[in-house]
Amino acid sequence: MRKTSLHDDHVALGARLVPFAGWEMPVQYRGIAVEHRAVREAVGLFDVSHMGELELTGKGALAVVDSLITNDIRRAVDGQAMYTCACNERGTIEDDLIVYRRSDEDFLVVCNASNRSKMAPHFERAAAGRCTFRDISDDTALLALQGPKALATLKAAGSDFDAVGELATFRFRKATVAGVPCTVARTGYTGEDGVELFAPWARAPELFRALLAAGRSYGIEPVGLGARDTLRLEARLSLYGNDIDDTTNPLEAGLGWTVKLDGRTFLGSEALTRVKSEPLPRKLVGFEMRGRGIARHGYPLLDAGGTVVGTCTSGSPSPTLGTNIGLGYLPAALSAIGTGFLVDCRGKSIEAAVVQTPFYKRPS
Amino acid sequence: MSATEIKSDRKYTKDHEWAKTEGDELVVGITAFAVDQLGDVTLISLDVKVGDAVEAHKAFGTIESVKTLSDLFAPVSGVVTRLNAALEKEPELVNEDPWGKGWMVAIRPNAPADAGALLDAAAYGAHLTESAH
Repeated sequence: MRKTSLHDDHVALGARLVPFAGWEMPVQYRGIAVEHRAVREAVGLFDVSHMGELELTGKGALAVVDSLITNDIRRAVDGQAMYTCACNERGTIEDDLIVYRRSDEDFLVVCNASNRSKMAPHFERAAAGRCTFRDISDDTALLALQGPKALATLKAAGSDFDAVGELATFRFRKATVAGVPCTVARTGYTGEDGVELFAPWARAPELFRALLAAGRSYGIEPVGLGARDTLRLEARLSLYGNDIDDTTNPLEAGLGWTVKLDGRTFLGSEALTRVKSEPLPRKLVGFEMRGRGIARHGYPLLDAGGTVVGTCTSGSPSPTLGTNIGLGYLPAALSAIGTGFLVDCRGKSIEAAVVQTPFYKRPS
Repeated sequence: MSATEIKSDRKYTKDHEWAKTEGDELVVGITAFAVDQLGDVTLISLDVKVGDAVEAHKAFGTIESVKTLSDLFAPVSGVVTRLNAALEKEPELVNEDPWGKGWMVAIRPNAPADAGALLDAAAYGAHLTESAH
C-alpha cells in the first residue's frame, strides 16, 4: 500500500485511512458531514497526491496530446487547463483527465490514481519518437483547497501571488505559497470555488500545515475521500469507475461538451462521430429518491412495471440538500426531468424521479 | 462518546450489537464502536414489525451512513415486541446516544437462556482489541 508524503499528518489529525487505488488515503477526519459542510460554507483542504501526473514536452507534444483526448487543447491558451475524456477506438472512456497547457510544447496531464498504470504507458507509447514523456506522479504532491474561503486562506498562507482572485476558472500559474514553489490552478472537484496546488512531494507537509494554520480562523477542515465523493456528486462531477468507464461513452454520460469532433482526428473520434449521428439509447441522469431509501452504486433501476431498465452508478445522501440523490443510466425515453421510476434497494422498490443537475450549484 | 466505550450492564455480539435485558425483553442497539465505524447515520430501515419472529444472526434491518450500508442482525431468535419509531425521523439518535435513545428493537427471546450466551463486556472488549489488530 503506497502512502502520500502527508501520511503522518493524516494520522496525527486522527484520520481514518482506507485503501484506495493502491494508496492508503484518509476517508474522513472529523466526519463526512462536518467536512462536507466546511467546504460548502468555509474551506476544506484535501490531499489528492495519489492522482497521476504525466508530462509531455517537446515539439510534438501538442499533436500527441491532441491525438489522445476528446477535448480540443489547441483551443486553450498557455496557462489554461481543460477537462477532457480519453477514449479508446470504440469511443468509450479510458479515463477522464485535466490537461494543463503550459505552452504548445509543454503539457501536464492529470489522471485518476486508479488509471495511472494504464494511462502512463498509453501516453508514453503515443509519445515515442515524437515528444518527451515523463511520469512525474512520484515527485508531485497535489492539494486541493476548496470552498468560499479558499482564496482568503491561500492569501493568508502568504503567497507571492496576491492577485490569485484574478486567476480565472481553469487557469493556472506558478507561485510560491508559504515558501513552497507550487503550481496554483483554479480547479477542483467539489462544485465550490477554490484552487489545486501542485507541489514537490517532500514539500507537501509544510504546505499542508501552513494552509491549515492559515485557514483556522475561517473554520478550515481537512477533508477526506468520503466528503470528496458527496461534494462531487452534488455538483454532478463524474467519478471514473462509477459513473463512467470503458463501457460508457462521453455523450451518454453527459460529457458531450468535452467532445470536439469538428474536423479533428483523435483516438475514438470515428466511433464518437457515429454515436453522435444517432439518438442516444440511454443517458446518465440525476435523480432524487422520493421514498425512504438510498440508492447505491450497482443498484438496478426499474420502470413503473418493475422491469430492470438501468443501473445506479452513484448514490448517497446529499448533506447540503438533505435528500438522497443519485446518478444512473436510464433509457432516453425515461430520462426527461420529472420522470418517475423505481430503485431496487436490495429487494425493496423505492420511488425516485429524474431531476435537474447539478443537484447543487454554488451561489454566484 | 468514545468509540471504545463498553457498558457492563448488557451483552454483545461480534457484529457490534448490544442486547440489554429489560424484564422479559432484550433491547437491541449497536455499539459506540459500530457507530464510529459507520460515521454519520442517515437512514435506518427496520424490516420487521411488532409480532414478527426474528432469527438469531439473520438481518432484521439495515443501517446506512453517508458512505455505507450495514445489516442489523438479531442477537437471538424471538418475537419483536417494540420498535424505536423515533429513528425513522431522527436516525442521528444512533450517533448521539447509541447506548440509549438509539436503540432499535426489543425482542422477547424464544429461549431466555440465549441472551446469557452472548458475549459479556469483557469478551466484547477483547473482540474489539482483536479486531483493531
